[in-house]
Amino acid sequence: MVNRNLKRLYTFLIFAFLYAPIIILIIYSFNDSKFRGDWSGFTLRWYAELFRDREVIRVLYYTFAIAITSSIISTVLGTVAAIGIHGMRGITKKSILNLNYLPVLNPDIVTAVALMALFRMARLQFGFITLLLAHITFSVPYVVLSILPKLKQMNVHLAEAAMDLGATPMYALRKVVIPEIMPGIITGGLLAFTLSIDDFVISFFTTGHGISNLSIYIYSMARKGINPTINALSTLMFISLVALLLIINSRSEKSKKIIQERR
Amino acid sequence: MKNRILIMLAMILVISVVAAGCGGNEQTVNVYNWGDYIDPEVLDLFEEEYGIRVVYDTYATNEDLYVKMKQGGNSYDVVIPSDYMIERMIREDLLMEINMDNISMFEKIDERFLNLDYDPDNSYSVPYMWGTVGIIYNTTMVDRPLTSWADLWDEEFDGEIIMLNSQRDTLAVALKKLGYSLNTRDIGELEEARDELIDQKPIVYAYLGDEVKDVIVGGEAGIAVVWSGDAVAMMDENPDLEYVIPSEGTNLWFDAMAIPANSQNPEAAEQFIDFMTRPEIAAMNADYIGYSSPIPEAVEKLDEEIQNSPVAYPSDEMLENTEVFKDPQDIISEYDRIWTEITSAQ
Amino acid sequence: MKLNRIGYPYLVWLGMFILIPLLLVMYFAFTTGDSQNFSTFTFSIENFEKFMSPLYLGVLYRSVKLAFVSTLICLALGYPIALIISKEKPKIRNVMVLMLVIPMWMNFLLRTYAWLTLLGKNGILTKVLSSIGIEGISLLYNDTAVLLGMVYNFLPFMVLPIFSVLTKMDKNLVEAAEDLGANKAEVFWKVIFPLSLPGVITGITMVFIPAVSTFVISGLLGGNKSTLIGNLIEQQFRYTGDWHFGSTMSIILMVFILASMAVTSKFDKEKEGGGGGLW
Repeated sequence: MVNRNLKRLYTFLIFAFLYAPIIILIIYSFNDSKFRGDWSGFTLRWYAELFRDREVIRVLYYTFAIAITSSIISTVLGTVAAIGIHGMRGITKKSILNLNYLPVLNPDIVTAVALMALFRMARLQFGFITLLLAHITFSVPYVVLSILPKLKQMNVHLAEAAMDLGATPMYALRKVVIPEIMPGIITGGLLAFTLSIDDFVISFFTTGHGISNLSIYIYSMARKGINPTINALSTLMFISLVALLLIINSRSEKSKKIIQERR
Repeated sequence: MKNRILIMLAMILVISVVAAGCGGNEQTVNVYNWGDYIDPEVLDLFEEEYGIRVVYDTYATNEDLYVKMKQGGNSYDVVIPSDYMIERMIREDLLMEINMDNISMFEKIDERFLNLDYDPDNSYSVPYMWGTVGIIYNTTMVDRPLTSWADLWDEEFDGEIIMLNSQRDTLAVALKKLGYSLNTRDIGELEEARDELIDQKPIVYAYLGDEVKDVIVGGEAGIAVVWSGDAVAMMDENPDLEYVIPSEGTNLWFDAMAIPANSQNPEAAEQFIDFMTRPEIAAMNADYIGYSSPIPEAVEKLDEEIQNSPVAYPSDEMLENTEVFKDPQDIISEYDRIWTEITSAQ
Repeated sequence: MKLNRIGYPYLVWLGMFILIPLLLVMYFAFTTGDSQNFSTFTFSIENFEKFMSPLYLGVLYRSVKLAFVSTLICLALGYPIALIISKEKPKIRNVMVLMLVIPMWMNFLLRTYAWLTLLGKNGILTKVLSSIGIEGISLLYNDTAVLLGMVYNFLPFMVLPIFSVLTKMDKNLVEAAEDLGANKAEVFWKVIFPLSLPGVITGITMVFIPAVSTFVISGLLGGNKSTLIGNLIEQQFRYTGDWHFGSTMSIILMVFILASMAVTSKFDKEKEGGGGGLW
């Protein structure tokens, strides 16, 4: 019905659509002009300026520190929560689930202001900790929602069988349940990381002096105009991420091959 | 093996996070400014000279700054709000008075820019950058020189006009066109301005923020309302552009340095502000940012071309019927309703 | 199962970081006064009344309409790609999924700005179109551009849940249908699509909800010519300073979304009252 070339073309178009803006960003990082209106010639000056910018390094550090820490903690908390929720029934389960959904439902600004007000009421000093708490708060629901269907899909008797055979609940958890739901855990973790890396509003209102992330840095330029060094930064980030993923992918290929050969 | 690597990574992360938290016993000054609104080298120079570390953060709008300061839980030592916001902050006791004796260049700041309505005794703020709002247009796309706000309603320019995506700035354009004050609190006048803007809407290309610069420089549209600092940058890139302060008068704006009332290190704050007013430093900033400095000795250090530019440094005559924004206070919710009515109009 | 106790820490977390803030928002919604000063609050539903006017209801209506259309487009474009990816070998599949996700790690504002370069009058897409003879259509600062931006931003959220469900699908069912004589179209509409419905529902939810409250996309790509409910709410908190009105609108939006989700969950028989997950 649908021949292979059509499929290939469609796939290509969709990915071209997704990557077009990124390619533009990369091209314009070499544009010898502060404006995106025209191409004025090739230059590396934005890259040079980038390395002289002391604030960008600091901001980049906190972006990744928060993203990695919050996604690890959210994934752990979310996994534990999902397993717990999965075992619940009835009204309790429904209300917990709907509560869990709330940060997903609310516009970012509402979550931001609500958390800010909460932290104020608790007389917390704004800084790394409040920022981290905020990121975990909006990430965990997505982790939970990634893992629940996998739990549902899992054979409920597996864990019971393990415990019948003498395993402790913790052992059953580690060796039976977790491997079964691992795809959900990984997806949840990736989602948490993605949301954290690109967050502006919630981060802005829950952070303190000295702690800023890349999104805040970029959005703060909205009045004056985005400095093209940001395009240079984005290009470098993009290349690094792609390189990192290629490395991870090829290493997992190697380890799979080794396992297969050993068999 | 994988586990060990993970544990090591985690430890490195924790250690560096903790280390980042403890800054040691070094003095710091927390500066909060607009994005891309300072020459980064200036921060290094300050640190070298004073041995005080500058912790630098950025915000996107005056209102964001206001919320952060009002809510507390944070302390900044130097902030750089705009005129009307300073007025509001003074009224709400969010700022502390600055001992102007510690600001060596204070006497040398352009007199025209001191003791303005938003800080009548000039005891809370020191001007940082200033400018006007006007019309920029592409002489190859517009067949006659533009001279007034009313020109923006001319059907001849259908699809070429870009207005600012800012409630007050755009309402100000309409109010000025009608001959009213841009600080009016009269609902009738505001609604007249609204009707003017709704009338204009069909010929407006878009209501833009900073992306207006790309559109005008690239020649996608011929006319826009912009700030003078942006006009200078655009005209530098595209020589076909002209900037004019409309005859009905316009907005004169200021961003000024101030010290929040809950600052933990007001001494360092004053030193930082003093440093920023030094002519060489102020010139560095004006050069990097491209906006206008209120310190004549700093202006003298800039390129001839920009010193003589009527766009960056207009004459007194040109600034005659300009107005500075005042804090709208409760009227702001009327602005919001009116702006929604304008943008909802089909 | 004793493992249930493991969920309790999260309940505490939920209580602190989600329930209390929600109560705060509701408190703001049902009071008026100086937003920054709790002591001035008085009980009032005037903000709800204020919202129930043609002006604001019109804003909500436009936002919902736009979100609805963009969700449909995401579904129409996303389902085929999910299907295509799910049929590839696992190694290629994983790479393709990652490739789908990577763009989302680039700053959202920057990517939306890049569309301005592509869609402007002198933009690359416009030039491409005129080279094949299509002149004079404006690709920017209108609803089309906004829809494009929304689809661009939300497409991966539609593709991933559908893809996830399609990969878990029992291949035997498809084979059985083919053995019994069904042609490709029948196999798809009578077997594959119904089985993938949970993923479709999840995808619709993951797109519709943020689409309704979006404002950056509509602002940048729509030229700010039309206020959406997302803009309105954001404005209240970040410009006007009327947190009461902002909270009121958030509650109204929340109720509306929960109601829509209740309606769509009727289509998902598998959910049986609460297995609800993203995918």
